[in-house]
Amino acid sequence: MKESLINISFKKAKEEKRPALLTYTVAGDNTKKKSLEILKAISKYADICELGFPHNTPIADGGQIQTSAYRAIKNGVKINDVFSIVSKFKKIRKDKPIILMGYYNMIYQYNENKFISKCKKSKVDGLIVVDLPFPENKAFALKCKKNNINFIQLISPTTSKKRLKKIVNNSHDMIYYISMLSTTGGKLKVSSKKILKEYQKIKNQNKSKNVVIGFGITEKTIKSLKKADGLVVGSAICKEITNSLKKRQNTVTNVTNVVIRLKSKIK
Amino acid sequence: MKIKKKIPLIDQHDKNGFWGGKFGGSFIPETLKKPIEDLTKEFQKLRNDKNFIKKKDFYFENYIGSPTSFVKLENLSNHLGGAQIWAKIVSEANGGAHKIYNATVHALICKAMGKKYIVGDTGAGYAGKMLSMAAKKFGLKCKIFMGAKDIKRQKPNCDAIRKNGAEIVPVYSGSQTLVDAVSECMRYWVSNCDNTHMAVGSTVGPNIFVKICGWSTSQISRELKIQILKEFKKIPKKIKLINCVGGGSSAYGFWSEFIDFDKKHIELIGVEAGGPKKSKLHAAPLSRNAKIGILHGAASYVCQNNEGQIKETESISAGLDYPGVSPIHCFLKDTKRARYTFATDEEALNAYKIVTKFEKLNPSLEPSHAFAEAIKIAPKLSKDTICIVNSCGDAKKDKYILKKRLGRYK
Repeated sequence: MKESLINISFKKAKEEKRPALLTYTVAGDNTKKKSLEILKAISKYADICELGFPHNTPIADGGQIQTSAYRAIKNGVKINDVFSIVSKFKKIRKDKPIILMGYYNMIYQYNENKFISKCKKSKVDGLIVVDLPFPENKAFALKCKKNNINFIQLISPTTSKKRLKKIVNNSHDMIYYISMLSTTGGKLKVSSKKILKEYQKIKNQNKSKNVVIGFGITEKTIKSLKKADGLVVGSAICKEITNSLKKRQNTVTNVTNVVIRLKSKIK
Repeated sequence: MKIKKKIPLIDQHDKNGFWGGKFGGSFIPETLKKPIEDLTKEFQKLRNDKNFIKKKDFYFENYIGSPTSFVKLENLSNHLGGAQIWAKIVSEANGGAHKIYNATVHALICKAMGKKYIVGDTGAGYAGKMLSMAAKKFGLKCKIFMGAKDIKRQKPNCDAIRKNGAEIVPVYSGSQTLVDAVSECMRYWVSNCDNTHMAVGSTVGPNIFVKICGWSTSQISRELKIQILKEFKKIPKKIKLINCVGGGSSAYGFWSEFIDFDKKHIELIGVEAGGPKKSKLHAAPLSRNAKIGILHGAASYVCQNNEGQIKETESISAGLDYPGVSPIHCFLKDTKRARYTFATDEEALNAYKIVTKFEKLNPSLEPSHAFAEAIKIAPKLSKDTICIVNSCGDAKKDKYILKKRLGRYK
């Protein structure tokens, strides 16, 4: 099997002795066109781009991402639009991994198999499904793997040791560690030392897995966690889109500047 | 898909938590896996613990005021002609609705788990009011999540919640009703599950919450069975148990002891919220054939669009204004054990008018939906048919809506 783009991106970052930077934006925020432009612009600095498919009943997202999702839905973004954004992006930046992130109901309504084949067709590299935990996700994760799509498992501070082992064993190239008990965009309420300690427990299970840390990561906190394989920033970016829209400023420029600053802090 | 006899319906799920192989489950973020596993184990332990049962029974009797009465609505029956209309006045329970059963059990579980904080969602405000009462009774700190729209329309219950010392967290996202309150409450629990217990206000949500709630409200039908036997000496030949269905907690509680009977003998009728007559929106996923979807951690029939976005609902009754429904009711629908229909806002209001005209009863807008169905079918039924309506809530909370829509309250 060919090495995944996700793996290659982590390797590249490692060669540069820095963590990979993963960005999260909501597809279609605030329009289809703008969100593609934002994606193109930030992908020059981000190593992996996560793209959320907006859902109106998100049970694990904080205010910033909710706002982005509602905005996108209000502007008429459909699942097929999400795929078309990915396809268009991949035509220009075929080496940049894209991870789709969302809630299971949308996949369920779209039909699992159809969803996966559509992912494959539009060259999606990975999937995160927030409310489909292990072991319930086993069958779906396997389907993804068969189609060369990374199914990304999540681990949280509440995950037991026994469970952590199983999840790592069932993971593909990348594992997402949730830094704290929080929805996305919460204030980082745990010390970076403690987060890295938990992170290390996952690494100790299997060094070859790329483990990223997300939730509560901002320009202020990113530096303290730079030992990780990768760091995810989502809410801070969504917040910038909201603020730029409010001030009637250029979202693309402003968001890109945030990503540039984030990157500079972990170099 | 088949219902097994002699096993409570709440326990008829598979190892993944699904009823009938497809309803329910636990679609939850990783962070909640552990707290939900802990809660599942704790509940399993407690429900088999004699001391806990004793404690629960003690509070049900002395705090909630079980049993609630079972009465014949003589005047209403005479007016309608046909079937006899009876009611189980569950609104006599402490606090004025069936929500007190679930709230009390959750408070007891919270205490048993050594947690000091309890949070819950509410639509009509009853689940919130009862949880705040139980929290006060058992010395727990309590937060109630409530949609901003519901806070406005159910003010009397909000006042009660605050009086009990609980904090109401207004939810402004989405449609600002129950669906958003549940989401926000779950998000809060994700962030605070280490020291906080969450009580889901109905037989919805991840598998374990369906079970705890159903286990609590089933008290209603245990009482009813005894009362029926006392009244009629044996179970009458033709019974119809009519109950409103939002999430479905009172309906499950009302029916649970009677599920093993043949449906020709005891028919179970669930009445959902049809919304305003002229509106396309409703809150009736079962009777208006919504598709299966995942909402708040469980698979059930859900009002949604083709994309899986949850649809806004509309109903005069805040307690029924929810796009999903209990997986247990989906199971009862698909096995054809229960029949589901809906009543519009106007029909519910009209039913309220008729019931209060003929009887000394003040059913809230939720059970008024059930009365609407009883009023509709009773005239066509024989005199020996016993229609029993669960009058599961008191209309005090609806007085502003009733004044506005009917020009009077009571």
